[in-house]
Amino acid sequence: MLLIKNGRVLDPASRTDAALDVLLDGERIAHVGSKLSAPAAEVLDASGLVVAPGFIDLHCHLREPGDESSETIATGTAAAASGGFTAVCPMPNTKPVNDNASLTRALIERAQAAGSVRVWPVGAASAGSKGEALAEIAAMKQAGIVAVSDDGRPIATAQLLRQVMDYCRSLDLPVIDHCEDTSLAAGTVMREGRQSVRLGLRGMPAAAESICVARDIQVAELTGCRLHIAHLSTRASLELIRAAKQRGLPVSCEVTPHHFTLSDEDVVYDARFKMNPPLGSREDRDALLAGLADGVVDAIATDHAPHEPAVKDVEFDSAPFGVTGFETALALALELLHAGRIPLARLVELFSTGPAQVLGMTRRIATGEPADLTLFSPEHAWTFRAAESASRSRNTPFDGRSFRGAPMATIVAGRVVFRR
Amino acid sequence: MPHRFRHMLGTEPLTAEQITFLLDQAKPFQEIQQHPLKKLATLRGKTVALAFFEPSTRTRISFATAAARLGADTMNLQAEASSLRKGESLLDTVRTLDAMKPDCLVMRHSASGAPDFVARRLEIPVINAGDGTHEHPTQALLDALTIRDRKGTLEGLNVTILGDILHSRVARSNLHLLGKFGCRFALCGPAMWLPRELECIGPPGSSVRRVTHIEEALEGADVIIVLRVQQERQHEPALSLDEYILLYQLTPERLRCARPDALVLHPGPMIRGLEIDPAVADGPQSCVLEQVTNGLAVRMALLFLLIGTAPESASESPAPSKDAADAAH
Repeated sequence: MLLIKNGRVLDPASRTDAALDVLLDGERIAHVGSKLSAPAAEVLDASGLVVAPGFIDLHCHLREPGDESSETIATGTAAAASGGFTAVCPMPNTKPVNDNASLTRALIERAQAAGSVRVWPVGAASAGSKGEALAEIAAMKQAGIVAVSDDGRPIATAQLLRQVMDYCRSLDLPVIDHCEDTSLAAGTVMREGRQSVRLGLRGMPAAAESICVARDIQVAELTGCRLHIAHLSTRASLELIRAAKQRGLPVSCEVTPHHFTLSDEDVVYDARFKMNPPLGSREDRDALLAGLADGVVDAIATDHAPHEPAVKDVEFDSAPFGVTGFETALALALELLHAGRIPLARLVELFSTGPAQVLGMTRRIATGEPADLTLFSPEHAWTFRAAESASRSRNTPFDGRSFRGAPMATIVAGRVVFRR
Repeated sequence: MPHRFRHMLGTEPLTAEQITFLLDQAKPFQEIQQHPLKKLATLRGKTVALAFFEPSTRTRISFATAAARLGADTMNLQAEASSLRKGESLLDTVRTLDAMKPDCLVMRHSASGAPDFVARRLEIPVINAGDGTHEHPTQALLDALTIRDRKGTLEGLNVTILGDILHSRVARSNLHLLGKFGCRFALCGPAMWLPRELECIGPPGSSVRRVTHIEEALEGADVIIVLRVQQERQHEPALSLDEYILLYQLTPERLRCARPDALVLHPGPMIRGLEIDPAVADGPQSCVLEQVTNGLAVRMALLFLLIGTAPESASESPAPSKDAADAAH
């Protein structure tokens, strides 16, 4: 048994925000109340800490199998744990692609063996993510996938998307789409704008994303399937989601910390600033901040995309897309809290109940619920050093950044898997 | 000191004073090109590495000749012959070159920012000889030298740039450089090569107009820079060359819209009958061959400033005296 004492329990589902103790028994929460005592329990003093429902990352890349020199399930989940995440959803673009039940099962088993955070795989929507035939979605669901996506690329055609969505509606699975018009995006390495023209780097117009978001929303309406837009990055896309939600369509979206923190003006000739979707304009960033605050955005997701230094330390054009994100996500979100952009309860929602809802799950701090908790300090001062990261990769634009606030303990199924 | 810079990666970070200083330094080297004996000993014992990761003839020969006339040795790397084809990274390739201890690296690469990326990782000065669609600073410097010689000043000129501005590193370097002297720009070409953002990449306060009608763009022009039409652009549907000629070829009739003493510059390679009518290319207003000669002078001045050990202060001229020229032989 583990007794978490003196913390500030913040549970969006029950609108609780109070000084309470939480008693864990095995893999479940046994009791939530004030001034609990349990002589047999180990005590974790959470003075000054927020006790939140376990954080879920809807979007990451663990690179195993196929690119273990960039990340493995063991190193990736260790980095996730130190970022406060209790469950992560790895995208299927591994080598081979996760488009079948046996690979899905293998991923989950390896994560269990690694013993830190839960791994909830996202399965491929199409076989090999090639955009042709459907993947074995039902078998993957039985094996444990929580959603489907052809992430890294959009689901190729409206016709394929329609079939995937019809099918996933019957299976009660959300479809996650990486939205980009591939003809407008071809050959681009950053967002189109003053900075891309100045740097002479080929730019992707913001419309490349929203064109695809508009298509997807209409197919969601046609099929009634739940649609989740991955790493939404532009104002136009956000407005499409806002309008779709107002019409009652089953759509949701996530935003990454790098998109709400940086803009294309921050891009220099350093591939740590190269990711897809690219960093947007300042107006895009402002729109995302508004969406995070007002509820149009459902979740903060990292799109943790590790790449070993050898492939990332090259000229900008040649570098692969992606940045790591597990360990800085909460601290970057806390920058928004300290800047008065979002309240604490909303921040917690974006990391816990928000993503849970996207997956059709709930997250609560209540008796009988899974003992998955994230304990964080909104004040703890620290500096992120990529060289000390638990991830196998170092490709982050936030190396050396000083933060106010950090994850302090990550508890999965009643077990402390990370402690700062 | 205003002329101190470690690398030459672009004209954007240079000040007007630094540019003027560089052009002044090029003067004596211009004179050298007219001597019967052109070789100096100024950089004797120094080595200039030339790394061209993209095909280039004139810029590479110009740098090689500039180095030779200063008495420096050169190391030559050309992409076709290099280990790049075998999958070696850019960084490993230049580190290998660097281990042979050159005193500076002159580099051309098809990726924008590649010289910047390399410069942050090497100890020696790096000269950008053209990177992707970003900058080509020595081209802009030799253009400026040519314009200043003919016009007597760079201040407040009306400059028209014709062609594929979006993909032109020459256009960018010229915008940054001439913009610092208060030049007003008319950028002219097919609309898809004239993104709106071009108006705001120059120095603060610079005046940049985008014009799709060539006659309007040429009106009142003191200087016309004609760009090559790049037919090798990827990811883009090609524009018919006949369309380009129809709307944008610089012909003698169109040239009459500019001021009568307007200069015509072209960075080369020039395709007669495409972007420029042969009558204009060979006409009295054309500066094309002068540009090539001035390219040597500018590159000699730059190499001298970056790796020459001689005079430290700006007041002392690097002027290759006649004695020095003689001493080299």
